Amino acid sequence: MFDTLTLAALPAEDEALRPAIRALAAEAVAARGDAARARSWAGFDAAFSRRLGEAGFLGLTLPRRYGGGERGPFARFVVVEELLAVGTPVAAHWIADRQSAPLILRFGTEAQRDDYLPRICRGEIFFCIGMSEPGSGSDLASVRTRAERTESGWRVNGQKIWTSNAMHSDYMIALLRTSGTSEDRHGGLSQLIIDLKAPGVTVRPIADLAGDAHFAEVFFEDVDLPADALIGHEGEGWKQVTAELAFERSGPERIYSSVVLLDAWVRHLQAMGREDSATVALVGDFTARLGTLRAMSIACTARLALGESPVVEASLVKDLGTSFEQELPIAIGDDLAAHPDEPVDAELYRTLLYVTHVAPSFSLRGGTREILRGIIARGMGLR
Amino acid sequence: MMDHDALLSPFERMLETVAAPAAVRAVEAGGDTDAMWDAVAGSGFLDALVAEAAGGFGLPVAAVQPLWQALGRHAVPLPVGETMIARALLADAGAPLPDGPVALAVAAPGQTVVVPLGLVARHVLVEQDGRLALVAADGAEATGVARSLAARMRWDRLDGMLPAPAGGLRALAAVLRAALIAGAADRLVAMTAAYANERAQFGKPIGRQQALQQNLAVMAEEAVAARIASQLGCAGAWPPSLAAAATAKSVASRAATRVAATAHAVHGAIGISVEHDLHLFTRRLHEWRLADGSESWWNRQLGAQRLTSGAGSVDYVRAELAAPA
Repeated sequence: MFDTLTLAALPAEDEALRPAIRALAAEAVAARGDAARARSWAGFDAAFSRRLGEAGFLGLTLPRRYGGGERGPFARFVVVEELLAVGTPVAAHWIADRQSAPLILRFGTEAQRDDYLPRICRGEIFFCIGMSEPGSGSDLASVRTRAERTESGWRVNGQKIWTSNAMHSDYMIALLRTSGTSEDRHGGLSQLIIDLKAPGVTVRPIADLAGDAHFAEVFFEDVDLPADALIGHEGEGWKQVTAELAFERSGPERIYSSVVLLDAWVRHLQAMGREDSATVALVGDFTARLGTLRAMSIACTARLALGESPVVEASLVKDLGTSFEQELPIAIGDDLAAHPDEPVDAELYRTLLYVTHVAPSFSLRGGTREILRGIIARGMGLR
Repeated sequence: MMDHDALLSPFERMLETVAAPAAVRAVEAGGDTDAMWDAVAGSGFLDALVAEAAGGFGLPVAAVQPLWQALGRHAVPLPVGETMIARALLADAGAPLPDGPVALAVAAPGQTVVVPLGLVARHVLVEQDGRLALVAADGAEATGVARSLAARMRWDRLDGMLPAPAGGLRALAAVLRAALIAGAADRLVAMTAAYANERAQFGKPIGRQQALQQNLAVMAEEAVAARIASQLGCAGAWPPSLAAAATAKSVASRAATRVAATAHAVHGAIGISVEHDLHLFTRRLHEWRLADGSESWWNRQLGAQRLTSGAGSVDYVRAELAAPA
């Protein structure tokens, strides 16, 4: 079953990007400890994102005429892998590069493409995604924030929540109700690009349990937007969002969230000269599964490269990947504390506890585990 | 380059004909294996891995992996994959190729080991102290496990030995087992999803229960992981590197127990009965997991190698476990 998910190789021309992006990544993390690096795609650094843009590493899959690299999903895989492997702070451009730009390219008008895409590729504008609302989490089709037609465009009222990086973003691509009521479910939803500096927009960061504030609530009070704020087709927001999810769910970020911790632990074991069989087997288990998950993620990327939208396959890789990411801090914590007489340095301890505490979010963001498994079950022919 | 699908389809069709569940059951009950073996041998696939210069197909193991998966998908009760490996090793060493099925074993002199499909093999290729010998499959004793075709076997010090492949015979056998597990796991996912759509309780198919859907989704994930890991095991050099063999067998063995457990949980009591075909596949998953090193054995090998490397984890798996471009 799911036979299209099959071993694929990264093309040599995309592998060739590795040395340059690796050098930039190394420079970006040189002064950052493991606990900071473990934050990776929650780590905001606008200057680093601009440097990536200048070096041509943003918008890699976009056409050249919009400032993109005109490369395929494999090129993006290589670049993202290098950025995540060492925990660079990629939050600033993350959403724009991963899904807003492909969305605008696919559904936007020529004017919208000309307006946004070159600036995304230069790392000048940052995006967030407005999906969840206080009453709409997994049941996304129940969103109630509305955009009403006005003479000059749209007027938005309502609230989004758990929006990652809204306080640092220039624009939000929001899923809004443009007709009907929440009983109409998937009908009557549209996507609008909201300028977060527009009057009537209020962004309030939400503090999290790890001492950070990476997500926010966003309030819209009579926010007037021009007619061309609509992206794609009115009433087709649900379809557009679904297409976006294959980009969102299959990437290396779904397997590497705990990799900085994994590496810190391996260095600890090497420094301690640890050779006990339980620990060595655990290292082997993680290595085998990481290698397999990486191959699965590349297999999914290969489907994207063929122009498919592998929503079910991406869900499968994400669920398995996030389970692995979540298991790492638990097992590493057990291993370290199973050797209570061995010194654990402060940075490794902080990194372990940071990853331990945020790990539950790995299977929430981008679609919860339970929702993804429902998608997989439907893909298996279960109803 | 040869179209690998063109290779798989006739092989799979042949297995559907000669290794239907009734035929598998007949062999497990002690029936004759000649007809099934003759059909497989007649297909020419036994020499898939033998070099062209020696009269074989000279296929890369990556092209043979789907055939091994097909053997698992049909629970073929003969050591077909083992024979492919044995014939390639013997041909490479310039040794004559024997007739009939060949099982694989790694055993020190005097050590009794369990040999998968030992009861239906004519020969065994034995690795002893880093050397190989082909011996007649005499003295195979049943394990006493119901319906199992594995045998308990032992050999004193053997003569006339050939060099063992780099990394040992166990690594080759492990990669084969991983592919067999992937094939049987895939079959079980399909069987179990179909059963969940048929079987009704509380007035609707049990496959509509979210609790079952969640478990079936995880089952499919494990089966796909086993397949990809098996492909990784067959993607690079032959004999496989330690990392490739370890990853294939570790991930597949871990998946084997999980897939078997969910298959049985969903099928309920009927799946435990001998009449139902489920056990043809779930019993094999457990046997293959135990054969040629379980997940923990391979994890220890891989972990020990990993700990000697100063590379980061991503670089390590990229270097050791990637599909060749």
